[in-house]
Amino acid sequence: MMGYESHQGSEQARLYASKEEMESLVLNDDAAVPPHPLSSSPPLAQIPTNHDSDTDPLRSSPSPLLHPQSQTQNPDPHSFILEPPSYADAVFRSFDASSEINGHDLSTSSPSASSPSYSSSDFLKISVSDPQKEQDIATSLVPGGTSYFTYLIITRTNIPEFNGTEFSVRRRFRDVVTLSDRLSEAYRGFIIPIRPDKSVVESQVMQTQDFVEQRRAALEKYLRRLAKHTAIRRSEELRLFLESQGKLPLMKPTDVASRMLDGAVKLPRQLFGGEVVAGVVDVNEVAQPAKGGKDLLRLFKELKQSVTNDWGATKPALVEEDKEFMERKDKLQELEQQLSNVSQQAEELVKAQQDIGETVGQLGLALVKLTKFETEEAVYDSQRVRAADMKNVATAAVKASRLYRELNSQTVKHLDKLHEYLGVMLAVNNAFSDRSNALLTVQTLLSELSSLNSRIEKLEVASSKIFGGDRARIRKIEELRETVRATEDAKTCAIAEYKRIKENNRNELDRLDRERREDFLSMLKGFIVNQAGYAEKMASVWETVAEETSGYVKCTS
Amino acid sequence: MIPTQLQRSGSGSTQSPRSPSSQEPFLSVSVIDPAKMGNGVQAYISYKVITKTNLPDYQGPEKIVIRRYSDFVWLRDRLFEKYKGIFIPPLPEKSTVEKFRFTAEFIEMRRQALDIFVNRIASHHILQQSEDLRIFLQADEQTMERARSQEIGIFKKKPADLMQIFKDVQSKVSDVVLGKEKPVEESTPEYEKLKRYIFELEDHLAEAQKHAYRLVKRHRELGQSLSEFGKAVKLLGTCEDNALGKVFSEVGDKAEIVSVKMQREAHHLLMNFEESLKDYVRAVQSIKATIAERANAFKQQCELAETIKFKEIDLNKLRLTRSEKLADAEREYDVLKADGEEATRRFEAIVQLMNEEIVRFQEQKTLDMGLAFHEFAKGQAHLANGIAEAWRSLLPKLEACASS
Repeated sequence: MMGYESHQGSEQARLYASKEEMESLVLNDDAAVPPHPLSSSPPLAQIPTNHDSDTDPLRSSPSPLLHPQSQTQNPDPHSFILEPPSYADAVFRSFDASSEINGHDLSTSSPSASSPSYSSSDFLKISVSDPQKEQDIATSLVPGGTSYFTYLIITRTNIPEFNGTEFSVRRRFRDVVTLSDRLSEAYRGFIIPIRPDKSVVESQVMQTQDFVEQRRAALEKYLRRLAKHTAIRRSEELRLFLESQGKLPLMKPTDVASRMLDGAVKLPRQLFGGEVVAGVVDVNEVAQPAKGGKDLLRLFKELKQSVTNDWGATKPALVEEDKEFMERKDKLQELEQQLSNVSQQAEELVKAQQDIGETVGQLGLALVKLTKFETEEAVYDSQRVRAADMKNVATAAVKASRLYRELNSQTVKHLDKLHEYLGVMLAVNNAFSDRSNALLTVQTLLSELSSLNSRIEKLEVASSKIFGGDRARIRKIEELRETVRATEDAKTCAIAEYKRIKENNRNELDRLDRERREDFLSMLKGFIVNQAGYAEKMASVWETVAEETSGYVKCTS
Repeated sequence: MIPTQLQRSGSGSTQSPRSPSSQEPFLSVSVIDPAKMGNGVQAYISYKVITKTNLPDYQGPEKIVIRRYSDFVWLRDRLFEKYKGIFIPPLPEKSTVEKFRFTAEFIEMRRQALDIFVNRIASHHILQQSEDLRIFLQADEQTMERARSQEIGIFKKKPADLMQIFKDVQSKVSDVVLGKEKPVEESTPEYEKLKRYIFELEDHLAEAQKHAYRLVKRHRELGQSLSEFGKAVKLLGTCEDNALGKVFSEVGDKAEIVSVKMQREAHHLLMNFEESLKDYVRAVQSIKATIAERANAFKQQCELAETIKFKEIDLNKLRLTRSEKLADAEREYDVLKADGEEATRRFEAIVQLMNEEIVRFQEQKTLDMGLAFHEFAKGQAHLANGIAEAWRSLLPKLEACASS
């Protein structure tokens, strides 16, 4: 008899028909296996985030939306049943379980294959959890007042700058925006991780558990990325954000209202060339970008300069001449495009893997039903034999379906690096913008200087024609000379800033190249090991069935 | 001419296929070499049918004839008419979608199915003796064409009629199941069980076949997306430096290789597993047609029995009244009695044949499906091993790049 089992009767009770039941289908020999951790297949997008923060020991109250079991702990509950762990398993576990220190996934305690470029002696571990709703104090007395969510941010670190090794604060999303903006200002030219989006959704949606959970996960990812950045992790801004209890002591960078007023007050005078107030051009302000309505006049002038750069007949006095930089920039633009392309194809691949897994599972279920039917209705032994054969195939198909699903969730995890780097490219573009903005400032100041000097010259010529001097004009010339001195100082500052940013660019690009190389290599390795490992498992499942049915080949030849 | 080189020797010999000079009778058939004939709307595929035999009625040792699909249909219809009670082997369907009628895949699937069809007839102990089979295997093309065109009017059942028969049988089965038994229907519990079994079996099989077909498609889709992914990865590699760029390029190449493997398995799955399931479904449908014939025969028998009963009553009446119509009536009665016996004989023949056929069917199906399962598992294992090997071979290169 081909594989007819005497305990078939009890097996029948377990041959379920529905898909949900298939998930917990107790197969032939793995009666001891608990339900598969991915039994309620989540939407793909959620998998990485759920996985990342799944078993973080710092999480005080795990979100109810997460899976109870982390899959990195046990990527394949069936492996010990199907066959002794192959090389695939060993490589699997050590690879997938590589905990990334310095702000990354903390899920396992196994020693990590830590990347040499990240300093392995100090660490900064952050987790975001426990979203809670709080009332806006300003409107709390008003019925229907606005509310917002705060998140508990727990930090563990041994970096000396911090006051302590373990502490926590509560922050709201607005605080993160502030942090991000301050970092952008302080670290011009750096490749700074992009913060999560402000969401343009209805307040109703903002209250939903899904949204809050998504935001929590995004915040955690963001903070961990900041912690990973070699310069930013030591920044004052980040430290204050993570440490200071109570209100976030970071000034909103664009105190838009007052600055606007300042600018507006100064504007008429400057526009009409009125009285010069000494030091009206604050040299330090020059070091900051002219954004956010801070200085209307400056914005106006820089805009004019950029138009002149693009459309003017003469080249500006100072241009981007670093060829090496421009080559790098072009290459990175090309990289961004290809990354986007691969990322898209990766999504298609994941979808195709999911589909095939589903279909082979459905085939298995259909065969299970057939088996049950044939067994119940059997009149002849040939039917019972066929039913037994069919059951083996059905079981294998269901196993294969589960393997595909596991394969896929791992694939998503690995290829997610591509998406991450698309985000990094955005940050790179920001770093490039910092540079071009700084250059624009320098160019503007140079134009300003040249026009001031030519005005002085004209005035001197006109004044020299009048015998005894022209007191009005001489006074005017003095004023202009004051302005020129101030502007010269500003120019010096701006050039220094520009040089600084260029240097930051260069270092950061080097860092990007190094890290990217490592990340991509590990991504490819992960992907390949994954594909090979699961293929081996599937091969062994099917080989068993092929072996069991090999007798039929001789019969019919 | 379609350059199909695939040949498949038939496995239909009644004994082991030894040389024609052996004394044991054998009959071996193969259907090969599909070729496109004609143009446009009239175009069709012709097949070579090779018969190797030492049977006396046949022109041995080897005869080759050219046949087309409608010739096979003719054969099936003739056998269906003549051998009621026997499950006539099923034919592949007519192609409904014009677009696919001449694709290499469709033609190969059809050729395979036709080959199996003829071989099953040739290896059936009763059917192989059929004169129609001999005509089919031996007659020249003109004779065949004449025979074929004759049938269209007389014997060929319109699809609508067949459907009606199926519906009748189906409704009768459901009536019985629902407990509304109609008198003109044989209702032995065993036969009822068989009918129910056949109808339900078709549903289950159809579902499995549907998923098997989808699985073929999924293999193709996965292969396609792997190929696209590989191409994109290669392009990404051109943006990276030497070592890393090369790794990307290798990964891209491997993805393409794996993609090709997937396409191959898709084809293998289609031809060996999905077709087997489809064949199973067709076989069950053929049984349904036999069930319908049996129901017909039963009905005839019952109706004649009824008529005879009434005739007897009439006869007795006439006897009593000593009518002159008595002689005629008695003659009519005799004729009816003979018809009745004939109808009963026919019905009982069908019942007996069916009983044998069912056993044969179940045994044959176990063998067929056993082989199909084996091919399925073998193909999947082969694919998986190929994939694992392909990817593993890249690892050393990755390691080399990482450590450099």
